[in-house]
Amino acid sequence: MLKLLLSRLATAVPSIVGVVVVTFMLTRLLPGDPAAYFAGLAASPQAIAEIRTKLGLDKSLPEQFVAYLVDLAQGNLGNSLSTGQPVVTEIATRLPASAELTLLALILAVGIAIPLGVLAAVKQGTWIDHLCRIATTAGVSLPVFFTGLLFAYVFYYLLQWAPAPSGRLDVFLSPPTPITGFYLIDSALTGNMEVFWGALRQLALPAISMAIFSLAPLARMTRGSMLSVLGSDFIRTARASGLAPGTVVFTYAFRNAVLPVITVLGMVFSFLLGANVLVETVFAWPGIGLYAVNALITSDYAPVQGFVLTMAVLYIALNLAIDLLYGLVDPRVRLDS
Amino acid sequence: MTAVPALAVEDLSVEFRTRSGTVKVLDHVGFSVDKGETVALVGESGSGKSVTAFAVMGILDPAGRVTSGRALFGGADLLALSEHDLAEQRGRELSMIFQNPRTALNPIRKVGQQIADVLVRHGGATRPDAPRAAVEMLKRVRIPDPERRVEAYPFELSGGMCQRIMIAIALACRPALLIADEPTTGLDVTTQAVIMDLIGELAHESGMATIFITHDLALAAEYCDRIVVMHAGHIVEAAPARELFAHPRHPYSAKLLAATPGETVSLAELASIPGGLPDLRRPDLPACRYSDRCERRLDDCARPLPHRVIGERHTVSCWNPL
Repeated sequence: MLKLLLSRLATAVPSIVGVVVVTFMLTRLLPGDPAAYFAGLAASPQAIAEIRTKLGLDKSLPEQFVAYLVDLAQGNLGNSLSTGQPVVTEIATRLPASAELTLLALILAVGIAIPLGVLAAVKQGTWIDHLCRIATTAGVSLPVFFTGLLFAYVFYYLLQWAPAPSGRLDVFLSPPTPITGFYLIDSALTGNMEVFWGALRQLALPAISMAIFSLAPLARMTRGSMLSVLGSDFIRTARASGLAPGTVVFTYAFRNAVLPVITVLGMVFSFLLGANVLVETVFAWPGIGLYAVNALITSDYAPVQGFVLTMAVLYIALNLAIDLLYGLVDPRVRLDS
Repeated sequence: MTAVPALAVEDLSVEFRTRSGTVKVLDHVGFSVDKGETVALVGESGSGKSVTAFAVMGILDPAGRVTSGRALFGGADLLALSEHDLAEQRGRELSMIFQNPRTALNPIRKVGQQIADVLVRHGGATRPDAPRAAVEMLKRVRIPDPERRVEAYPFELSGGMCQRIMIAIALACRPALLIADEPTTGLDVTTQAVIMDLIGELAHESGMATIFITHDLALAAEYCDRIVVMHAGHIVEAAPARELFAHPRHPYSAKLLAATPGETVSLAELASIPGGLPDLRRPDLPACRYSDRCERRLDDCARPLPHRVIGERHTVSCWNPL
């Protein structure tokens, strides 16, 4: 297992190098002149040139790249032009917001999709199978921003069950002491139940709208994978050996069926993490997606660069985790390493 | 000697529902296996051998349905038992070995655990004792280095080893009846003999009844006491192995024998059986499902199939036997 971990870590290195190069190039190729934007509309060409020198944009690309690498090695992603804050700090405060939302949505989706898919496969053709089909169809055909808006309209505006879609916490509550950056975990750790419930109430609607969307591929894959495994020879052996139905379905079938589900899980997770910009916009969620879009619009390349880099590293870490999970579930993968 | 049947299948009919109609896969099939006896079910692919076994085990595909019959085993009718009661019997009193041992084992569970699962399920061992009991089982099926092999996954073992594991799983709880469904398909010839000998010895040791499903008549003759010949869901002939080999009475058995390579028959002399199995979805299936392929067909053959006893334990379902 350790060998697998090390070999997979080694394969991650070239990806990271590639990402560093690409993020650098990409942001330099973006349309728009950051210096001009930063200087303002009324700035003289002289002032713009001055700012360009200050930002180091007048240097050649290789020089800029070396400077970028040196900064990166020191954990410095530069400053945001529009806020003046270091990008590292801004991402560090915003990433947990997105991560908390995404993880909660994913836990919800997995918690519903996997039992639903398993039941639909075991009781094929019954009402639960039809329910699964309806849920997956609805899930893929309703875009996240639409369910988000619909939920906000129904549960906040009409029914007033949910709080205003105004970020991670009600304005009257102060955020918990940051430990992990996840409000739910931090408030639970510090025993601040009022903040815990407040944060949960804020999280509920965006998390559910994202969960509904990611539920569909997970449930469908679980059902399909379970069906094919349930029809395989070793399940017949297990049944012919008189093993209890629970053992047959979980120990024998599900563990074999879970591999493709893990793959889909990884895809859904990375998709949610990057593409929740729309949900963040609808619910005024101070997450990383919103941050990146704003930076992109204002040609503020340091945050964009930081965002792409963070995402890429997250994706690589995620794929690594999935590879390891594969190795845990399937002994044949362990052998290949 | 009055033998006691370990399993008596009577009047068993099975239908499969498909999109293109109902397939009458088994039609009033009956045979019995005595304690300690080895009976072969022989026939070409699609003759209903495996379906008979699956019906007895209660592991038919959901599309399959038993429409008539009984399978008397240990005083109970297996076909009338609830799924729960049947599951109690499966693996403990009646077991099954399948073809293609590699796919018949759970690919991601250690073989020792798979043996232990059956033992624990049927009270053959407690969870803490199970690993040791699994090693014992591997010794019984003569797997070298059993202490190390219990920790192996199926993909780390050869096909012959996997079939030994299958046998170990099937025999873990010392069943009274073993159904071996083409246990040597996909194994090389030397391994085939070893596996067949192993099954034979273990069955002999414990006085277990064995049903051996095969399309290989020579193999059946070598290892079995009696042979039951199936064709298109009918049992056409049942006879002691030696007698069937010497004097097959049903035209189909004779053709099957002529198509079996042996010491006295060269490959060039082998005859193939003309025609194929009838389409079992036909509503107007003839009474004798072999009649369309038969050279000895009479007008009588349109009448319902006879069940003629023509010798000791020798029956044939034919109006014009050889």
